[in-house]
Amino acid sequence: MRAALFWIFSTAAVGSALGVVGSLRSPINSALSLVVSMLALAGLYILLEAQFVGLIQVMVYAGAIVVLFLFVIMLLNLRGSGAAGAENQPIAKALGALVAVAGTLWLARTLAASRAPWPDVEASFGTTQAIGEALYTDYVLSVQVAGVLLLAGIVAAVVLAKKKID
Amino acid sequence: MGDISGFHFQIVAALIFSIGALGVLLRRNMIVMFMSIELMLNAANLSLVSFSRELGNDQGQILAFMVMVVAAVEVAVGLAIIISLVRNRDTVNIEDTSQLKW
Repeated sequence: MRAALFWIFSTAAVGSALGVVGSLRSPINSALSLVVSMLALAGLYILLEAQFVGLIQVMVYAGAIVVLFLFVIMLLNLRGSGAAGAENQPIAKALGALVAVAGTLWLARTLAASRAPWPDVEASFGTTQAIGEALYTDYVLSVQVAGVLLLAGIVAAVVLAKKKID
Repeated sequence: MGDISGFHFQIVAALIFSIGALGVLLRRNMIVMFMSIELMLNAANLSLVSFSRELGNDQGQILAFMVMVVAAVEVAVGLAIIISLVRNRDTVNIEDTSQLKW
């Protein structure tokens, strides 16, 4: 069951990530692929017993960030634009492919060597209560700094989107 | 198929990160490049949460939460910059906005 869900969610996440990068017709298609990718990643988080992070992923990413993207795309009425005019450089392409394959093999070997069964965790692992308690006791300073950062971000976004720069 | 372990999740995270990096390198539409940056941040989050499960320690999830906060702020400010750029230059092509190039 877990294995089947893992394969479904990871295929959806990787496939729609390719859709984000590969859809040349319109940025709207990229944004819709991004939603699918974010939702699949939320499923993977829940498979990893991280319920709180999975919920926040759905609310913040799929619910807020992608809507903001769609809103801006529609506000600006953007048309599609193709990929870069990739110059034909066979040596660079061959070198790049070589580095990519070697890097993947090296990463897979390193990770496979450290492959260990997961430890059992208590039922409260990753719940909103457990994460909330940690956030508001050990990490309370980080929460405060994050709040100040969000406030600065709101002010900056309003000022930037309003003002005409010359 | 067999049992799913942290190894599988790390490989998925690496794949998504690479796709995001590829998007930033290949695409010239600023909004799509921005979405690719979001993909890379999400891949890093998946890696963090996966290690958190593997070690049975919730600190990775807290760090992932902080990454999401920073990503949300970054999207708000970045999209405001893009709106402002489009108003002034009427383009989302990154090649047309090279005033900062030395």
